[in-house]
Amino acid sequence: MTDVTTPAVDEATDKSAGESAAHLGSAERVLRRDDSSAVLRLSEAEAAVLAGDPDDPPTGDAGDQRMILNMGPSHPSTHGVLRLMLEMEGETVLRSKPVIGYLHTGMEKTAEDLTYLQGPTNVTRMDYAAPLFSELAFSLAVEQLLGIDVPPRATWIRMLMCELNRVASHLLFQATNGMDLGAVSMMIYGWREREEVLRFFEKVTGLRMNHNYIRPGGVAADLPDGWRDDVRRLLELIPPRLDEYDDLLTGQPIFRERLQGVGVMTPAEALALSATGPILRSTGYAWDLRRDQPYLAYHEVEFDVIVGTHGDSFDRFAIRLNEIRESLRIVEQILDLMPNGDFRTQDKKVTPPPRARIDESMEALIHHFKIFTEGFHVPEGETYAAVESPRGELGCYLVSDGGPKPYRMHIRGPSFVNLQTLPHLMEGGLIADGVAVVSSVDPIMGEVDR
Amino acid sequence: MTAVDTLVLAVDPLLSGDLDPGIVGIVLLKVMVAFTLLLVSVMLMIWFERKLVADMHNRIGPAVAGPFGILQTLADGIKLFFKEDLIPDRSDRVVFKLAPYLSLVPAFLVFAIVPIGGDFSSGDGVVTWFGERTYLQVADPPVGVLFFLALSSIAVYGVMLAGWSSGSKYPLLGSVRASAQMISYEAALGLAIATVFLTSGSLSTHDIVASQVTGNWNVLTTGVVPFLVFLVAGTAELNRPPFDLVEAEQELVGGFHTEYSSLRFALFFLAEFMNVITMSAIAVTLFLGGPAGPILTDTLGWVWPVVWFGLKVFAFLFCFVWLRATLPRLRYDQLMDLGWKVLIPVALGWFLLIGAMGVADDRGWPVVLVVLVGMAVMAGGAALLIGAVSKARAERLADAFPEYDDSPTPGGLL
Repeated sequence: MTDVTTPAVDEATDKSAGESAAHLGSAERVLRRDDSSAVLRLSEAEAAVLAGDPDDPPTGDAGDQRMILNMGPSHPSTHGVLRLMLEMEGETVLRSKPVIGYLHTGMEKTAEDLTYLQGPTNVTRMDYAAPLFSELAFSLAVEQLLGIDVPPRATWIRMLMCELNRVASHLLFQATNGMDLGAVSMMIYGWREREEVLRFFEKVTGLRMNHNYIRPGGVAADLPDGWRDDVRRLLELIPPRLDEYDDLLTGQPIFRERLQGVGVMTPAEALALSATGPILRSTGYAWDLRRDQPYLAYHEVEFDVIVGTHGDSFDRFAIRLNEIRESLRIVEQILDLMPNGDFRTQDKKVTPPPRARIDESMEALIHHFKIFTEGFHVPEGETYAAVESPRGELGCYLVSDGGPKPYRMHIRGPSFVNLQTLPHLMEGGLIADGVAVVSSVDPIMGEVDR
Repeated sequence: MTAVDTLVLAVDPLLSGDLDPGIVGIVLLKVMVAFTLLLVSVMLMIWFERKLVADMHNRIGPAVAGPFGILQTLADGIKLFFKEDLIPDRSDRVVFKLAPYLSLVPAFLVFAIVPIGGDFSSGDGVVTWFGERTYLQVADPPVGVLFFLALSSIAVYGVMLAGWSSGSKYPLLGSVRASAQMISYEAALGLAIATVFLTSGSLSTHDIVASQVTGNWNVLTTGVVPFLVFLVAGTAELNRPPFDLVEAEQELVGGFHTEYSSLRFALFFLAEFMNVITMSAIAVTLFLGGPAGPILTDTLGWVWPVVWFGLKVFAFLFCFVWLRATLPRLRYDQLMDLGWKVLIPVALGWFLLIGAMGVADDRGWPVVLVVLVGMAVMAGGAALLIGAVSKARAERLADAFPEYDDSPTPGGLL
C-alpha cells in the first residue's frame, strides 16, 4: 500500500462550498488515511461527494491520482446487482468495498408469513442458480424440528437432483467466468450444457428453476418414467464437453495468465473471513460438508473433495470444473443405488393425501383442508441445518414457536459470506483482475440480499 | 513527368499526361467505387462476423432482416440513425463531436492506397479503361505505406479524444488504455513493415505488389516472422480480441464509446469494422502479393486479380472473427509486456538481420556467416534483455514483499 502523504482532494476542496465542504473534509480524511486495510471504509455521503466531483480525479499535485470508481450495480460483469466501490490509482485497485442490498426482497421476513409447506417456494428464489439446495436446507431444518425421517427413496432423489443442480450451477460458473475474461464463446458453451441439465429438471419438477421440488417430508413427485435414460444421457454428454472446456480454457496461455496468481488467499485468511466452498478449498483446506458433516446419504457414495494449492482464481476455476466431474461420479453411483419405495413420508400430518383419497375418506379431507389452510404445526424449538451448496455452506436456521409458520428463519448464504473476501482478493490488482476475482467468487445476488 | 509530378501524383500512368475531363471522370469513378465498395463490404463484414461467431457459438445469429439476415446491419444502421443523440453534460462538446470523424476519416483514406486489382503477373499492374491506362487503386503516393502508418496514428486520436471528452470515468480509462496500447503496437507494426521496405525497396504500395509478382511473396522473403509480428500488432492496433482492452465490455462497460449513442456511435462502429478490412487489405498488399494470382480467362482478365485480392482479404477477416470467438482477453500489463518485451525486440532484431543480409549480398560477404554472426549477436541481445527484465521484476517483488519467502506453502499449516 502506497503511503498517501499528498492531499488527495485538495483542489476539489477549494472548489466546493457550503455543506458539501463538510462532507468533503471527512472524505478527504478517508482517502488520506494511511490505511493498510483492503476494505474501503467510506460512507455513501462521502463517496457521493468524491464520485460526483467533475474534476475527479483531481489534477492538482503530482501523485494525486486517486479516484473512486463505482462498478455496478448495473455493470456487465458484477453478476447481477453487486456494486463495488473501488479506490483506484490509475488502473490499480487499492481498496474496495462491496455494496449490497440492491436485490433485497425480504425473503427471510416473508418466510415468517408462510406455512412450512409454502416455505420452499420462498427459499428456492434465493440462490437462483442452485435453487434445490436452498429447498433442501429448509426442508432438512423443518424435518429436524418435526423429528420425522424421510423415506430412503426421497433421500436419494434429493441427492440425485442436488448433484445435478451442482453440475448446472458450476456449468453456469464456467460460462460466466469465461465471459468475464473475454472468452465469449465459453458463455454459450456453458449455457448449452446447463440447458441439458435444466431440461431434465423440467421433466422431473415441471420447472427449469425455482422448482419447489424438495419439500418437508420428501420431494414433490416421484421421478418420471425413463429418468434413468435421461440421466445416462447426461452422463454421456457432459464429460466430453468438459474435456473440450479443458482444451479451450485450461491449457490456454492467455487464460492461465489472467487467472494464475490473481486474487490469492491463504487458508488462514479464508477461515478468518468464514469463506466456504470452492474459495476455502482453493487454499488447500479440504472442507466439504458432504464429507465432514454427512447429510442425506453422502456417506454411502464415493467422491473426492477437490482442493487447490495456491488459493488463486485459477484454482477456483479448476476446482469447480473438477467438481462437475465428481458430481457426475456421484450421480452414476446413485443410478445403481436408488432404492424403491415412497418418495415422501407417509406421516399424514405432514404429507397431504392423494387427491383420490379425499373423495373416499373424511379423515383425508380434513387433513387436506388443514394442511393447505392452516398448515401443519411444528414443535417448539430451534435448529440449524447446513448443506454444501455449489458456493459453500448453505445453512438454514429455523425457530418454531409451535405454530404452523416459522417464528424466525435465517439463511446462512455462502454467497453473502464469501462476498466479504472480495476486498482482500482484489487489493493491489488491476481492474481486470477485479473482474476475474468477482467472477471466481461467483456470488449469486439473490442469495446475498435475500 | 517532372519531379514535382512524381512527388505529388506518383506514377499512375493515368496522370502522367495532361488532364482532360475523361481522366477526371475516371479518378472520380475510382473514388466512388472505393467508397461504395468499402461501405458495402463493411456492411457485409459485420453481418459475416455476427453470422460466423454465431456458428461457432451454436447459435443462429441474424436471420430476420433479408435473406440469411444479410440486411441486419442496414437495419441496425437505420435504427441508430434515428436514435436520440445524447451528449453528456460533463463532456467537452466540440471534441466529443469531432472524435468519431477522427476515427472514421482515416479508416476511409487508408483504403485509397491499396491496389485491389491489376494484372501484375504479366503486365505492370495497369488496366485499360475507356482507352486510358490506370492503376486499380485510388492513389499511389510515393510515401505509400508511411501514409498508412500516419493515418493509423491519427485514428488513435479519435479513440483517445472520444474517451477523454466524454467526462466520465470508464471512457477515460478506455482512452488511457487506447493511447498506450495503440502507440506501443504501432512501433512493432512499423518495424514489421520496415522489413518489407528492405526486401521490396520501395514505399509505394504499387511497387511493393509489383516486387512480389513471381510468387516470391514478402511473407516468405522476409522470413515469416515480420508477417506474424504484423498480424499480432495489427490485431492490437485494431482493438480486436484478444487485444480489445480499449472497449473491454466486462471491465469498462463500453470503453471509450460508453457515452456515445445514435449516429456518433454508429460512426465508431463503422470505423472499427472498416479498419479491420483495410488492415487485412494492407496485410495482403505487404505480405501476400496483393492481387497477384493466375489469370484464368482471357475475357475480362482484369477481374481475376480482384477476385484473388478479395479471397486473400477474406481469409484474414475469417481469422479475425475466429480469434474473437476463441481467445480470452489479455490484461493491460500483459499486453504491454507482449508489445514492448516481445514484439518490438523481435521485429527490430529481424529487421536488422534482414538489413545485414542485404548488405552482405551487396558486398559479396558470405551470407551464411553474416546470418550466423547476426543470430549470435541477437541471442546475446535477447539474453541481456531477458536478464534485465527478470532482474527488474525480482527487485520490484523484493520491494513489494520484503518478507516474501518462496519456500513451498506449508501444507500442514492448519
